[in-house]
Amino acid sequence: MRTYYDRIVRIAGNVVTVIARNVGYDELAIVNTRRGQSLAQVIRLEGDRVSLQVFAGTQGVSTGDRVRFLVRPMQVPFCDDLLGRVFDGSGLPRDDRPEVKGEPVDIGTPAVNPVKRRRPDFMIRTGIPMIDIFNSLVESQKLPIFSVAGEPYNPLLARIGLQAQADVIILGGMGLRHDDYLTFRKTFEEGGVLGRTIMFIHTAADPVVECLLVPDLCLAVGEQFALQGKRVLVLLTDMTAFADALKEIAITMEQIPSNRGYPGDLYTQMARRYEKAVDFDGAGSMTLLACVTMPGDDVTHPVPDNTGYITEGQFYLRGGRIEPFGSLSRLKQQVNGDTRDDHRAIMDGCLQRYALCRESREKRDMGFEMSEWDEKLLRYGDMFEQEIMDLAVNIPLEEALDRCWKILAECFEPVETGIRRTIIEQHWPKELTDEEETPEPAEATA
Amino acid sequence: MNGRIVSVFGNMVIAETDGKIVQNSIGYCCRRDGAKLLSEVIRIRGRLADLQVFEETRGLRVGDIVELRDEMLSVTLGPGLLGQTYDGLQNPLPRVAEKTGFFLTPGVYVHGLDEQRTWDFTPKVSVGDTVRAGDTLGTVPETMFEHHIMAPFTLKGECKVESIVEASSHTVGEEIAVLAGQSGEKISVTMQQDWPVKRPLAICKRRLMPSEPLLTRVRIIDSMFPVVRGGTYCIPGPFGAGKTVLQQITSRHAAVDIVIVAACGERAGEVVETIREFPELIDPRTGKSLMERTIIICNTSAMPVAAREASVYTAVTLAEYYRQMGLHVLLLADSTSRWAQAMREVSGRLEEIPGEEAFPAYLESRIAGFYERAGALELNDGRVASVTIGGTVSPAGGNFEEPVTQGTLKVVGAFHGLSRARSDARRYPAIDPLESWSKYAGIIEPEKVEKVRELLRRGSEVKQMMTVVGEEGTHIEDFTIMLKSEFFDNVYLQQNAFDDVDGATPAERQQFVFDKILEVVDRDFDLDDKDTARRVMFEAQDMFRTWNYEPDDSEKYKLSLGKIDEFIATRGGKAQEVTKQ
Ligand SMILES: Nc1ncnc2c1ncn2[C@@H]1O[C@H](COP(=O)(O)OP(=O)(O)O)[C@@H](O)[C@H]1O
Ligand SMILES: [Mg+2]
Repeated sequence: MRTYYDRIVRIAGNVVTVIARNVGYDELAIVNTRRGQSLAQVIRLEGDRVSLQVFAGTQGVSTGDRVRFLVRPMQVPFCDDLLGRVFDGSGLPRDDRPEVKGEPVDIGTPAVNPVKRRRPDFMIRTGIPMIDIFNSLVESQKLPIFSVAGEPYNPLLARIGLQAQADVIILGGMGLRHDDYLTFRKTFEEGGVLGRTIMFIHTAADPVVECLLVPDLCLAVGEQFALQGKRVLVLLTDMTAFADALKEIAITMEQIPSNRGYPGDLYTQMARRYEKAVDFDGAGSMTLLACVTMPGDDVTHPVPDNTGYITEGQFYLRGGRIEPFGSLSRLKQQVNGDTRDDHRAIMDGCLQRYALCRESREKRDMGFEMSEWDEKLLRYGDMFEQEIMDLAVNIPLEEALDRCWKILAECFEPVETGIRRTIIEQHWPKELTDEEETPEPAEATA
Repeated sequence: MNGRIVSVFGNMVIAETDGKIVQNSIGYCCRRDGAKLLSEVIRIRGRLADLQVFEETRGLRVGDIVELRDEMLSVTLGPGLLGQTYDGLQNPLPRVAEKTGFFLTPGVYVHGLDEQRTWDFTPKVSVGDTVRAGDTLGTVPETMFEHHIMAPFTLKGECKVESIVEASSHTVGEEIAVLAGQSGEKISVTMQQDWPVKRPLAICKRRLMPSEPLLTRVRIIDSMFPVVRGGTYCIPGPFGAGKTVLQQITSRHAAVDIVIVAACGERAGEVVETIREFPELIDPRTGKSLMERTIIICNTSAMPVAAREASVYTAVTLAEYYRQMGLHVLLLADSTSRWAQAMREVSGRLEEIPGEEAFPAYLESRIAGFYERAGALELNDGRVASVTIGGTVSPAGGNFEEPVTQGTLKVVGAFHGLSRARSDARRYPAIDPLESWSKYAGIIEPEKVEKVRELLRRGSEVKQMMTVVGEEGTHIEDFTIMLKSEFFDNVYLQQNAFDDVDGATPAERQQFVFDKILEVVDRDFDLDDKDTARRVMFEAQDMFRTWNYEPDDSEKYKLSLGKIDEFIATRGGKAQEVTKQ
């Protein structure tokens, strides 16, 4: 028996209020309008007034329309047939193929019990020295790329995505431009991973509420694969669009904004999504990389600011390079103690010298005389930028560490590196003699 | 007493009832599928009770029953708390996992103490003795402590011991004594008792002025911005500046009996680090694992918001309980801003008039009330015990001019402000030596501390000036001051948290190294060109840094020290002034 409710008493923003009884909070409804059907979610109960957030927006909804309640929360069908498919923000196919039949799973499920989490310890090697040496990425990490429009953040996301060697890749696009979507698709196709990729794509032209659902859909599906023991990688771009959707909804709900119009629960809302990244004790894992474009290139803007507090670090992408300052991997120390004994020393030493180089550059730009020490630092900075920081560099960690030693040795005396002596003694490059320069045969063929 | 739900919005439920409603009492929202969701009355208007629900409210309906209880939100106190990992409402998470697996299912609650386990009780009073609230009736061994079983904290006046069991094993639920109250009523006593989390627990002769240093083995804290037992301090800092790492180090090395870690609204992964590491780490002072002196209260950011607000109170109540036993307890709360934000979310749903940044008007008094629960007490039997509270603050945009930081600074005794510039430059711990302060006395003589602060201040001024006049425009004397200040910063203030030796410096070593550094600082080295000056100070830095990594009393330690003494004697030139002890 289907019960329809037709007393719609208020339509404002994306919210419709209907008179109904026996409705569960957070559950789903279908609004039938002249334009067709739209899913909606219960966001407030007050006596017999039920407020619904309509996924497709309220444009064209009339007080004569009818509402039916589904007595369940938002779900997504789960099965292997999802692989290789593309969906929209309400979970419907976007690729002109039939709907997927699978076990329905709730979205926005409870948190993982902390005691059922493993301590992550598997380093994801990206071949990008700015990541591998200075801010190692770790399986199950949640980490955003902070950037601004115009920077190649999506290609970087896709590149890391490919290197991560995940069993399942899930792409969530929020306010995604169509050509960006096509670029992702092409990269995954060329990388041979399209068959294990699932995409939930909301474009700027789609209803704003659907944008809100994209992370939940991706994470609910990813979580199921992870529970099956798979290593899942979720890529979300752009989380700023998600936050802006939250803001828009909060304002139509007349909530008091806390900071620049964003609702007071922005932190909680974002954290609930990011915290889905997990390494299950006794099952698989889910790694979460996201893009956050910073409005006005301002890292103190509420979206990047709250994100920074939530995630396990961030990569700043600026001028086509991963900035060493501000970039951070909070999990790096879980893995960089077991790579090579000089890893941490190089990480600190190189960055501290690079920081000093920037000071010298400032002095130079202001027209001050350069001391001998300044000259050393300047030379170092240039080499470091070209041979290590450049995103085109794609070499394994060990090679990158050796390269850092080479640069340090070309620019500094050992005591000037700030690296402690025991490490220097072991790794400082020997004066290269002619014989040593001849590569070993094994290396030559490698 | 039952009510019925009339409204649901986020984690707020409004229930209507004909009966009596008690402010801050608990209620259970009964979902149709049988789950009962714990909640707390936070406002009463006529027959309406506003409740904040400590769980996701998904599936609740108008008309659902709310069971309203008389009792306040409470924790259970008794043996078996140590080593536990609880959520914000004192549900032991490992036991919850046995029931519900990977996820935290709403409405699943487990008693805070193991009700099956038996404890070897030794009575300390006899029939006929007079006892008052909080007096010790007997003890049980819990990890390395004598856990005191105390007369109920709610007792009024003097009571007589009517009966008490012999030395024997009991579960926490079994009666171990009967007391006779003042009007002759019989009071049955078990080894567990409940206490409402929002009511301070401090039964004592008097509160003491906290003054005994609480050593953390973090040099910049112990030497420059000390913390004391029974004191309070805060660590504000932008994201990624090192608040959590600093607290993690402190939780390992702090010279206290018990550490309570309250992970409040932050990453679950950080708690996992502690849960996995501590059982493996042996505390050299006790020979036991660190976990045996630790309690973790964890309400991470993905867990329900209302319970986050409760979690800091749960944590401080457990701290106060162990203080009643004569122990020194350190409570580390990370992050108090998330707790404040939880208050803000609730206040918003109550549609209260918002203050600055939409925080409620009572924010400051709540912060003050929380830190007030720290303190050193002289207990009724004369022992001294303490609760120290250290809280991190996560200011929006890293700007300390915001309500939570400001409200906290007004009430704490020490301020460890982390700076973005220092963490970007990898100068850890990133406590800003120019901004931070402490009202407490530490392990280094104040004149010496003042001296290096002056050095740091002047060093920073010279650095500033150099950006205007350049190195060539800087006098060699000023230049040397700058180098010396950098030297002190590099080899003393900075500390590698991930090195076993450098990461934790005992007090005596701090005092010794501090003096050795002053010897270097006090010399003028006869430096007359800047490149030489820089080279000499680099050399000193290199030697001290190497020294920092050598274990106490090792051969290498002595070797390093010898080199340093030689350096001071040979390169040192003449002493500028003498600060010998
Ligand atoms: N004392 C320290 N020594 C070395 N690295 C540190 C130290 N403190 C912080 N870090 C680095 O900074 C990262 C962020 O620190 P964290 O304490 O998580 O920041 P916050 O809690 O302030 O956001 C850590 O993961 C670590 O890599
Ligand atoms: Mg932190």
